[in-house]
Amino acid sequence: MSDILELSVSELARKIRSQEVSAEEYVSACYDRIRKVERKIHAFITLTEELALEKACAIDSKIRQNQQVGSLAGIAIAVKDNICTKGIRTTCASKMLEDFVPPYDATVVERLKAEDVIILGKSNLDEFAMGSSTEHSRFGPTFNPYDPRRVPGGSSGGSAASVAAYEVTVALGSDTGGSVRCPASFCGVVGLKPTYGLISRYGLIAYANSLEQISPIARTVADIAILTDCISGHDRRDSTSVNQDRPILRNHLIQNVAGMRIGVPEGLFGKGTDKTVSKSVWDAIIKLEELGATYTEIKLETLDYALASYYIIAMSEASSNLARYDGLRYGFRLKDQDNDWSTAFSRNRKAGFGPEVKRRIILGTFALSAGYYDQYYLKAQRVRTLIRDELTKAFKNFELLVSPTMPILPFRIKEKLLDPLEMYMCDVDTVIANLAGIPAISIPCASSRGLPIGIQLMAPAFREDLLIKAAYTLEQNIGRLDLKLKV
Amino acid sequence: MQSTDLKVKIGLEVHCQLTHLKTKLFCSCSADYRKSEPNTHLCPVCMGVPGTLPVLNCKAVDDAVLIALAMNTQISHKTLFYRKNYFYPDMPKNFQISQYDRAGGIPIAKSGFIALDQGKTVRISRLQLEEDPGKLSYEGTIETSRSALVDYNRAGVALVEIVTEPDMNSPREARIFLQKLRSNLEHLGVSSGDLEGSMRCDANISIEGGTRVEVKNISSFKEVERALNFEITRQRNLVRKGLRVGRETRHWDEMRRITISLRVKEEEEDYRYFPEPDLVPVLITNQKIELQKASMPELPESHRERLMTQYGISPQNAETLTENKALAEFFEECAKNYDRPDLLSNWLVGDLLSYLYEMDLELKESKIAPENMVKMLKLIDDGTISGKIAKEILKKMLVTGKSPKEIVEEEEMRKISDREYLQQLTERVFASNPKAVEDALKDEKAIRFLVGQLMKETKGKADPQLANSLVLERLKAVQAKA
Repeated sequence: MSDILELSVSELARKIRSQEVSAEEYVSACYDRIRKVERKIHAFITLTEELALEKACAIDSKIRQNQQVGSLAGIAIAVKDNICTKGIRTTCASKMLEDFVPPYDATVVERLKAEDVIILGKSNLDEFAMGSSTEHSRFGPTFNPYDPRRVPGGSSGGSAASVAAYEVTVALGSDTGGSVRCPASFCGVVGLKPTYGLISRYGLIAYANSLEQISPIARTVADIAILTDCISGHDRRDSTSVNQDRPILRNHLIQNVAGMRIGVPEGLFGKGTDKTVSKSVWDAIIKLEELGATYTEIKLETLDYALASYYIIAMSEASSNLARYDGLRYGFRLKDQDNDWSTAFSRNRKAGFGPEVKRRIILGTFALSAGYYDQYYLKAQRVRTLIRDELTKAFKNFELLVSPTMPILPFRIKEKLLDPLEMYMCDVDTVIANLAGIPAISIPCASSRGLPIGIQLMAPAFREDLLIKAAYTLEQNIGRLDLKLKV
Repeated sequence: MQSTDLKVKIGLEVHCQLTHLKTKLFCSCSADYRKSEPNTHLCPVCMGVPGTLPVLNCKAVDDAVLIALAMNTQISHKTLFYRKNYFYPDMPKNFQISQYDRAGGIPIAKSGFIALDQGKTVRISRLQLEEDPGKLSYEGTIETSRSALVDYNRAGVALVEIVTEPDMNSPREARIFLQKLRSNLEHLGVSSGDLEGSMRCDANISIEGGTRVEVKNISSFKEVERALNFEITRQRNLVRKGLRVGRETRHWDEMRRITISLRVKEEEEDYRYFPEPDLVPVLITNQKIELQKASMPELPESHRERLMTQYGISPQNAETLTENKALAEFFEECAKNYDRPDLLSNWLVGDLLSYLYEMDLELKESKIAPENMVKMLKLIDDGTISGKIAKEILKKMLVTGKSPKEIVEEEEMRKISDREYLQQLTERVFASNPKAVEDALKDEKAIRFLVGQLMKETKGKADPQLANSLVLERLKAVQAKA
């Protein structure tokens, strides 16, 4: 593997700008790597090599001619295939959108392009981001680069695997209930779910609008900070994006947790938590304490209801969001139909959606139905409010809450595929951040039997600076993990 | 009891497009789609292309607040958008962004009223903002058409839905309510009721002792009275036969002028309303409400009063004029250059309106200009044309937009005051109607027949006074001979 691929975002950007490395050389190295490992991990649905090389050459030529280039000129990124890219098909890993080519760029993609970031391809995911293993993809599963017999986590499994396997330097995913933190944890990389409203959702194909955020994935905390700075900020096309000053995260790459108060919710180390995972996370907490932080074990009363509340809200919103896929205006349509519209819609949807998507649409439709609405959707929203209130209260005493990202180690392909409930249980530690709209980061903190373990840090809304500072400190003090890629 | 004695209750849900907005409710597509090719006013947002998000047109909220104020409603300081979920090909997202008054929803305004004549008021239960769906075109009728075409130009256009309590007791009252409503919206400058499809309504009708039946797809005010009359007759017939009126939703078939059943209660749609997660709550501050109050234009009530005092026209004429803002404006424009406003108002309220109705035209669609109306009235006043001819000219002006002079000249409509010529004609009339002449000598009433014959000979162009006196002269001459 070429050494260039291991460089950080800031080093790469500097070397490309100073012509030490050409963008073309770097992007070519990425594709060489992709050609080598892709058949083992299958991180991508679509590769855009020609476009990417063209763009790389254009950047190189601009630099040679001393013309202005973007601050991240030449950096290679993988974009989750539920984020719209103008002219590049965006499938959501669904048969329904197999041939869908968006007529516009998502706001984050516009912002990446404005800084001359190069998109190498569209990464694999669970269909419409519904899953925790990237097995529910129309195009086949992605495999964990540390053990291809195991899942990379999900739903942004392709993004996390591509970064872990050095196919790209950074990636974009989306996190609805842990969809970036879960694969980051399973693939030994860093994933940040920002505060709801920090990053525009315009162009993110909706699964559960009130919960999800486009979220960056990288190999280091520093890279995450730089990438987040690039894509965050108000967007008038997204009414839920917040119009307020945001901290420049790359200014918070400081090793300093002195006096930081950490809350450790015991419920997030519940009985389903693997002992090795639990111990590793505790080791990291002790490490933070050694570095000057203090910790207290706390009890969050509302935790037990978080997962149920999350799934009801997510599925309800999904049932409505996915109603537009009927085959009439775009997307998959069965040929040679001579039916009334209603029958045609049903048949297109039956053939176009995979089983997990159908399950969630049906459950969500049920939860919103007359007679059940109060019992399910409304109650879930009330629980959500309680969770948010309880976390707000907790953050009066703590700067951070810490827990495992995933209760378990990466599981084997197909291990949980036939048991949806067990699959849903994987999200038990991650969903509260989405329900409360607060930021959360997962960074690798240990390894067990050659598999990575992630620790999750959560902070109050719009305090990504705290997350970055603490995660950076931890990262710098944990040292290299005993992990070896199997690709 | 006779079924015709049973009391009727009518409630309306009126959908009014905010036609004065430049853009649609949630995107920047032009809302002025009527003269465009199908499917040309579209963007990824109003087409519900995956990944796009709605952004509220704040001007629509201002317009809705104006309407809410005019209808004496309580305006919500915080209002929410909800999704109304149902599959239909005219909706790009298969849900409509609307508002809701249950399940935690808060429409933009609640509990107001509109006053009709004679102390009658119709209560407004709520007022809400929502997006218009696209439009389906069928070959023939909805039942027999092999296929439908969809035009999404209308999809996403801002609508205000106004829901009344069941306070109207006859189709006529429903029509009067709608006229008032339209006049109010036009005076507020938020909606032009004369644009095709800009105001549509669904009606809930029940007759005493029966259940409520909803009639959908009433596409214009003219249809409302027809649809309601049909539906009331249908329900009365059921009652007369001793049958029950079941709760159901019916469709008004404009072509066949009947209502047909769409679905019965058991199949009642469940719209699965829930808060639209892509939009934030809309805050309407007291300050904003005061600002809208201050910018409130003249409303029909005060407009009517002013027309009466300023021009001295009758209350009935003032009422009819203000029912149609365009007509009232036309009146005031004419009145600037014409000093007999009472006569003017009679012409507008009487002749002009009935011709428009006959021709199925809106005033704005006709070609008549105020200055030509005035010119026509002056031609009557100076005796150039008769009132009868003027009516013909008025009809022609509506269609061609020409000046009355042009029409008079082209059509040779000038009043014939040529005494010699008319004398000759009178002789001819007398010669060919000896029996009538005999009668006229005995009975004065029969004189009118002879004058009529003379007018007929001149195709109505003879000066009526002159014609009358010539006939009398000639009669005297005949009498003298005898």
